[in-house]
Amino acid sequence: MNISREEIIHIAKLANLKLTEEEIEKTLYNMKDILNFANTVNNVNTDGVDESIGATENYNVFRKDEIKEFGDRDILLSNAPEQEDGMFKIPKVI
Amino acid sequence: MELYELTVHELMDKLENKEITVTDITKSYVDRINEKEKDVDAFVTLTTDEALSKAKVVEEKIKNGETKSKYSGIPIGIKDNICTKGVKTTCASRMLENFVAPYDATVMDKINNENMIMLGKLNMDEFAMGASTEYSYFKKTKNPWDLNRVPGGSSGGSAAAVASNMVPWALGSDTGGSIRQPSSFCGVVGLKPTYGLVSRYGLVAFASSLDQIGPITKDVTDSALLLNLITGHDSKDTTSLDIEKKDYTKALVNDVKGLKIGLPKEYFGDGINPEVKKAIMDVAKKYEEMGAIVEDCSMEVTDYALATYYIIACAEASSNLGRFDGIRYGYRTKNFENLKDIYINSRSEGFGEEVKRRIMLGTYVLSSGYYDAYYKKAQKVRTVVKNEFDKLFSKYDVLLTPTSPTVAFNIGTRSNNPLEMYLADICTVSVNIGGLPGISVPCTTNSEGMPIGFQLIGNHFSEDTILRAAYTYEQNTNFREENKPTFKK
Repeated sequence: MNISREEIIHIAKLANLKLTEEEIEKTLYNMKDILNFANTVNNVNTDGVDESIGATENYNVFRKDEIKEFGDRDILLSNAPEQEDGMFKIPKVI
Repeated sequence: MELYELTVHELMDKLENKEITVTDITKSYVDRINEKEKDVDAFVTLTTDEALSKAKVVEEKIKNGETKSKYSGIPIGIKDNICTKGVKTTCASRMLENFVAPYDATVMDKINNENMIMLGKLNMDEFAMGASTEYSYFKKTKNPWDLNRVPGGSSGGSAAAVASNMVPWALGSDTGGSIRQPSSFCGVVGLKPTYGLVSRYGLVAFASSLDQIGPITKDVTDSALLLNLITGHDSKDTTSLDIEKKDYTKALVNDVKGLKIGLPKEYFGDGINPEVKKAIMDVAKKYEEMGAIVEDCSMEVTDYALATYYIIACAEASSNLGRFDGIRYGYRTKNFENLKDIYINSRSEGFGEEVKRRIMLGTYVLSSGYYDAYYKKAQKVRTVVKNEFDKLFSKYDVLLTPTSPTVAFNIGTRSNNPLEMYLADICTVSVNIGGLPGISVPCTTNSEGMPIGFQLIGNHFSEDTILRAAYTYEQNTNFREENKPTFKK
């Protein structure tokens, strides 16, 4: 399984990551190994087999759409790197 | 004998008989932490001062009859990916270095409702991604049996703390072996429950369809006691199952007569260290002597389970870790001009190498052009794994395997080779893929004095069966009496 330098940069972009030159080289080296290994799943015969959706067969667990107040707005905001007037603050977008 | 050497059920008996007080217990553990933590480095955050104050409060409550729970006043250590209100939950990551959860995980609610006492938050591989606890941003935890070796991972802090008697028991989490493998490396008992048995609410998600919280304890009885406390349906976790709660202490019966045990031959292949293999075969013999029926069996898909696991786990991780953007909580970069810079630079600076590697792999297998060949295929193989387990469990009550192909390895020997590190999970990942319960129980030490654990795998919701089998082995052998960590340097 081959993966190119361009693909690594593309994947990093999709994942919102910026890799240094050194990291790109290292990732390129490791990913080849790891993908070769991951590719072995294609040796399993899965004709007529459905995909699993999880560990159990539990599917679409519904509940009533009811509002439950958490109550403490300040504590929810307390981990924000920057906040103002009870809101999360980000740089200007538009 | 010091109090910190006792199991929790022994402490409970002494409390019940009023031979000791809650403060005696807490003090004993705090003293032990003060003595051993500098060598073992198991904790990210210590809450020993709070623990000593709480011990006094709980002691009063017991005196005044305000709490009758036998768990009252029992200390515990918590893996640092389980949210604890008011105490940092870092996931051993720079990303969450200063994160204080605004709420308690459901398992913490249960622990706090019983007036148990938290001694601290335990080290782990960053976001639970690793098998050695070397990928922690903060420190490397050492194996109490040999301080040059890793404790395993990702719940390495939890297993090392229990093994070195710094906590009487601990909670860990297991996505591909993260409770069982460190338990095996540290000579303690680790149980990964059936998927859905324990609420994941407040467990920082790594791979949501695989993660489970479970107990790491000194013996099997304690494992059943702690499991009793943490199970149960939780409306805050839609994957937690609404089933009747069992009392697992009822499973602690010294009898395996007629129990059918399968030995899947794929778990005893070339990759398994010969000493480990021999130790597990000795366990099989012991079970036969005790009246169980032991047979060889086969589970061909095992050879592909690890690759399947890494595809699914990394795909889910890349999605779960998308939430870390430097806005609402977590690390925010200082280098930014616009919003996109905040996302990219916060993530690139906040995540460690292994976490980034798994996000990259996960993003790759989910990306256009590769989704079918990797992710979709892996989800089909997941079905094959489940079907093969179903077949085996129509014939056997439990499966017996090694927990890990080797004993604990030396610090630094695998951290530069990610693929080799992944292979450490080869015996444990199938259990998570199938959503099954598994327990690791220590059985012996190798020629270097390092513990070896065996794994018992049960069918869905048969924690009672694997606990009974584990308990029977423990009652008829003497691992804890004959082997103690040496803290050798």
